[in-house]
Amino acid sequence: MAKTKELSNDTTIIAIEFDGGVVLGSDSRVSAGETVVNRVMNKLSLLHDKIYCALSGSAADAQTIAEMVNYQLDVHSIEVGEDPQVRSAASLVKNISYKYKEELSAHLIVAGWDKRGGGQVSVRDLNGLLSRQPFAVGGSGSAYVYGFVDAEYRKAMSKEDCQQFVVNTLSLAMSRDGSSGGVAYLVTIDEKGAEEKCILGNELPTFYDQ
Amino acid sequence: MERRFMDSQIKGVSTGTTILAVTFNGGVIIGSDSRASIGGYYVSSKTINKLIQVHDRIFCCIAGSLADAQAVTKAAKFQISFHSIQMESPPLVKAAASVLRELCYNNKEELQAGFITAGWDRKKGPQVYTVALGGMLLSQPFTIGGSGSTYIYGYADAKYKPDMSKEECLQFATNALALAMGRDNVSGGVAHLVVITEEGVEHVVIPGDKLPKFHDE
Repeated sequence: MAKTKELSNDTTIIAIEFDGGVVLGSDSRVSAGETVVNRVMNKLSLLHDKIYCALSGSAADAQTIAEMVNYQLDVHSIEVGEDPQVRSAASLVKNISYKYKEELSAHLIVAGWDKRGGGQVSVRDLNGLLSRQPFAVGGSGSAYVYGFVDAEYRKAMSKEDCQQFVVNTLSLAMSRDGSSGGVAYLVTIDEKGAEEKCILGNELPTFYDQ
Repeated sequence: MERRFMDSQIKGVSTGTTILAVTFNGGVIIGSDSRASIGGYYVSSKTINKLIQVHDRIFCCIAGSLADAQAVTKAAKFQISFHSIQMESPPLVKAAASVLRELCYNNKEELQAGFITAGWDRKKGPQVYTVALGGMLLSQPFTIGGSGSTYIYGYADAKYKPDMSKEECLQFATNALALAMGRDNVSGGVAHLVVITEEGVEHVVIPGDKLPKFHDE
């Protein structure tokens, strides 16, 4: 009997800023080796009302980090008496990832809206450098769509354009990456709050050879 | 998937590259970058041409060890000219691709390379063939290969249209190469493109500073 492989979130995740908010997207496949153990997993985790993170890498590590940061952010926001900044959430994620970098193998993209900075996307690279970027892609499927996002990203896109951009990117990655698939989850965060959406596999955009 | 070593550790001058071939209405464009690197650390040539002409209207390019590429294409070129003399007519693109496939399949232990053959012949017009790692021959409307190709799968899937014009196809190939070279550290230099049609063969070289620029962080 084959040994069970670790649950992995090899995946495609993407987050992009627009004027007034952010859009996060992910696929929904969780695999253990060659088996798909969950085909409808939502990898966009809530850290606070207007801050979400996208999980990739080891499923267990990523979920644990997200839950810990969710708790720490709740405490922090009570202490300061207002909604936390995206930077704070990103720093908390970075603190855990950096301190335990030998043991953990998860990569989170943090994105959200706060009143000081508007929509922001924060990503930590492999060595621990935290940086804010206009858009970020991650997970195993992201390699296949670097060219597409480089070519198609434009500054100052509208909210609907961003959502379409995220859905197109996810669809392309899911059709090429064996570890990504299922449905596409989208979260749009702006001043008014967070709106979650799920796009089923047969509603995803198709391209030339499909 | 037993053989997981990097080519660069077993062979010498190596593999990082981006190659592609795309058919359009009336012809085919084959293109590549121009960087030869050793182990991904040292760039041994900035302007190497990886597109080899194996017959008047047939080109091929190889992603993999450049030493292998030179040896294999030399053998292929000989076999194809001999075949064409025997048949007393220009060779079919499929014949050229088959020659490469034989070489790849019979030597699959030593070689670790992907081949793309593109050309024009009177029977089927413009064609693109790709030989995958183990020796499978496949005909496709367009194909990409090499380490840099990973990054442009999404772009190529989204932007390819059948029956493009020559200008649209040139733009598509140039953009794809530029995007791959922008993300893959072992692809770079200039973009070599060869346009093959019934009328002839046209070699276009686009230097690094004239490549299209995209959103850069």
